Amino acid sequence: MNIQKFIAKRSNWTILYALFLAFFVVLPLILIGIYAFRNTEGSFTLQNITKFFTQSEALNTFVYSVGIALITTVICILLGYPAAYILSNSELTKGGTLILLFILPMWINVLMRSLATVALFDFLHLKLGEGALIFGLCYDFLPFMIYPIYNTIRKIDKSYIEAAQDLGATNMQVFTKVLWPLSVPGIISGIMMVFLPTISTFAISEILTLNNKRLFGSIIQDNIMMSDTMNYGAALSLIMLAIIAITSFATGNQDDGELNQGGLI
Amino acid sequence: MADNIMSFSPKPLSDEGCIHRAPDIPVAGHTAESSNEKAYIIEIDHLSKWFGDKQVLNDVSLFVRQGEFVTILGPSGCGKTTLLRILAGFNMPSEGCVRMNGNDITDVPPFERPMNTVFQRYALFPHLNVYDNIAFGLKLKKEDEESIDRQVRRVLKIVGLTDYEERDVDSLSGGQQQRVAIARAIINKPQVLLLDEPLAALDLKMRKDMQMELKQMHKELGITFIYVTHDQEEALTLSDTIVVMNKGRIQQIGRPTDIYNEPVNPFVADFIGDSNILNGIMVEDHKVQFMYQEFECVDEGFQPNEHVDVVLRPEDIYIMARNANAMISGRVTACIFKGVHYEMTVVTDRGYELIIQDYNMFEAGQEVSLIIKPNDIHVMHRERLYNVIDGVLADSTHIEMLGGTFECEPQTGIEDGADVKVRFGFDDVELMDYSDEGDAVGTVSFILYKGNHYHLTVTSENGEDIFVNTSEVWDDGDMVGIKILPQALKISKVE
Amino acid sequence: MMKKILAQSYLYLLLLALYAPIAIIIIFSFTSSKSIGDWRGFSLELYSNMFSGHAAHSATIMTALINTVVIAVMAAALSTILGSIAAVGIFNIRNRKLRQAIQFTNNIPMINPDIITGISLFLLFISLGISGGYLTVILAHTVFCTPYVVLNVMPRLARMNPNIYEAALDLGATPLQAFRKVIIPEIRPGMFSGFILSFTLSIDDFAVTLFTKGSDGLETLSTYIYADARKGGLTPELRCLAAIIFLTVLILLLVFNYRSNRLAKEQQH
Repeated sequence: MNIQKFIAKRSNWTILYALFLAFFVVLPLILIGIYAFRNTEGSFTLQNITKFFTQSEALNTFVYSVGIALITTVICILLGYPAAYILSNSELTKGGTLILLFILPMWINVLMRSLATVALFDFLHLKLGEGALIFGLCYDFLPFMIYPIYNTIRKIDKSYIEAAQDLGATNMQVFTKVLWPLSVPGIISGIMMVFLPTISTFAISEILTLNNKRLFGSIIQDNIMMSDTMNYGAALSLIMLAIIAITSFATGNQDDGELNQGGLI
Repeated sequence: MADNIMSFSPKPLSDEGCIHRAPDIPVAGHTAESSNEKAYIIEIDHLSKWFGDKQVLNDVSLFVRQGEFVTILGPSGCGKTTLLRILAGFNMPSEGCVRMNGNDITDVPPFERPMNTVFQRYALFPHLNVYDNIAFGLKLKKEDEESIDRQVRRVLKIVGLTDYEERDVDSLSGGQQQRVAIARAIINKPQVLLLDEPLAALDLKMRKDMQMELKQMHKELGITFIYVTHDQEEALTLSDTIVVMNKGRIQQIGRPTDIYNEPVNPFVADFIGDSNILNGIMVEDHKVQFMYQEFECVDEGFQPNEHVDVVLRPEDIYIMARNANAMISGRVTACIFKGVHYEMTVVTDRGYELIIQDYNMFEAGQEVSLIIKPNDIHVMHRERLYNVIDGVLADSTHIEMLGGTFECEPQTGIEDGADVKVRFGFDDVELMDYSDEGDAVGTVSFILYKGNHYHLTVTSENGEDIFVNTSEVWDDGDMVGIKILPQALKISKVE
Repeated sequence: MMKKILAQSYLYLLLLALYAPIAIIIIFSFTSSKSIGDWRGFSLELYSNMFSGHAAHSATIMTALINTVVIAVMAAALSTILGSIAAVGIFNIRNRKLRQAIQFTNNIPMINPDIITGISLFLLFISLGISGGYLTVILAHTVFCTPYVVLNVMPRLARMNPNIYEAALDLGATPLQAFRKVIIPEIRPGMFSGFILSFTLSIDDFAVTLFTKGSDGLETLSTYIYADARKGGLTPELRCLAAIIFLTVLILLLVFNYRSNRLAKEQQH
């Protein structure tokens, strides 16, 4: 009877997943923190953190990664916003199938896509390197910029636009005064989905630059996989986490589900 | 009166839980004369319910007899649906208990209660057809196919949906879905049928038809119906007994005619039917003064010069062309045709606004006289004459109450931080458009027009109600700032 | 009109850029040359090599393919069950703070870059002394797939008449019977979408797998490609694989899209 009563209260059904989240999401993140402040013997140290700020290699890579990520993000916004705008405008396209074509690449393995970029560069007899890296990153992440913006614009109530026109706004004014401000949440989601993953990629940069240019993700990966530098790797991950936290808060908590829709129609 | 149908039960002996009373012990107020009537099937005993720190039911007690059609009537948020959900077993009361046939069923889960519910939006299972929806309960009981088949056909006939077995429930009209929902409930032969605003989603005509059918069904099935609605007309049409609720409390229990003719307070008078509610003074028995005049009436048993509320139903006021001898005269300011009658607004020479319904039309601008007969004046005790609020004296000139700090005249003899009672009149409160202009913030939660002013209930942020007289027009739900004149606050220490 | 042509050409140009690399890979999977750009006439040699396992690495490719699918199926199934139960629970939490806290935590694996999820789980398994393998990879995939199932089931619950569950109880169903007979049929489309999504995410994953697969030689397609690329030079057979995967994803997505369109239409009725 008591068990039945317990089950009858449906909010109790959360408990299983809450435990799962605590153990497999929260605890592991805490572990990153713990490892970051420990040396190989397991005692407390700040060395891992100070090492990052003093050792030029990691810091340089970090700054370089942020730079590349910024460039990628900006290019993605410049290319993606018009595309999203056109796609969401039923007067310009039929929408449905076309947007599917745009988001389809999101679901192809990142490595596979990088491989394809390599193939393209080979085919065009272009040299791999920084150019290929930026092209590849934009190629990889453009759909992640288009989709949230598309979704936001599409959900904008058409009557806002009509109201603005009714009140005498020109097409340009409708865009700058109504459409653009209302689509900002989508752009922010897009930035979250492009900027953060770009900093932390490692395989893409290795493949596209023949391991010449390394992004922050590669440094983290190199360190975490070796038992003697694992704590340093954890510290670098912690820094990455801090960046995520800062970006999330700076862009205003994205819990409206925009990013959460899994990128499908 | 209503008392021989139902009554409030006595206070429980202990605060928590309930008294398990054997069914054969008569309930207080129901002595020998009522014991030979049908027994109570449902006894709701001092029920209270909190959601967090919000109280939605406040000491509700209600007894229902076998076979009765009881309607719980009140505005949205009055707690009526919560009460029904506690009866069905979907919610647990915070205090008090529910008995069925004398047995405490408070802890019995819904699937073991011999009651069934007809939900507001029907809650038909969209993946099942009409037949499987109706057979759902019987299939769970593992009755044999043939018997299920027979019973489904029987209830389909009762609700007038013969041959609808295979239909997809989404393909049915609102009225048909409603019938399926009723069929699905009554096939289980419940002792009590709970209906949660079952007709709210139907259009007016459909609603009227279904009302008649429900009434008919109630008669034929002999099941006890407990019906929740916010529609006073529906309640008056259908019920044997109406329970009027507001803000989690039962306001009045009685037969439809009693509720209409003898409302116990302005809320009931205002909620059931149209009414003019005015301030008055009961000079002596059979003599009441309102609108600056004395009227003869039939009410008695009041204190001399007691402040009262006077209810005049719009259809009870007689209207005619102005006549110099009439007690009341005025001018029509608006006239609307309402189908059968005209509804006219008359402003009397002394500034009272009254609503009058009559078959004869008087156009706006016409001078008229009014007659009110003693029989048609209904006098009610005033629930309060001033506000009394608990507060804390912050310092000698400030007081904390209603979730804010108010200035008061310098207090002596009360130390800072003491708990105090604060008294102030309805007219001493000023409401501000912008909530930050006041010393506390409140929401207008009930508006009563008293002929020449509004009597508002304003709920403060900490959930206390204050009552305010004003001539300004506010809407239900408006956020207001509350200001009170410092010299109006009468402060006394709580011992 | 001019505007429309301009707009459309922009879209098609972008699409061309997006699909050209994939197209090139697919085209060059039908020739037997070692490097891309070097067309040696139509041939299915690479395909037959891959499936017959004759060429070097092709046996490993097939093993990696099987591993990938097995892991994806397991992780998707686990996520769907866990996520559906969780969604029903979360949906019925009244306390707003608690509900937001759980939804926030549910969002973490989706916001976190894969590398962070991978590393955090890597550290967890190391701390517990669990060596990586099938189990850890499946668990890790469940971690980042379940939130998507939750998010796919929640809207179905929101759309559901809130009284349906209670109606079942009212008619005599126990909570478990009510779940099976009433709630599951209602959320099934969401569960299905969640499953497909999880399956795709799992197949797509690289970073999390890399950190949780351990050192016993478990390889999925992603890790295989990565290892292969690190060694320098890509196995030509991978082009066939890329072609096959691309088509598989395309079909899955079309099915998914078709379903959600149909559901959206149903909903309009």
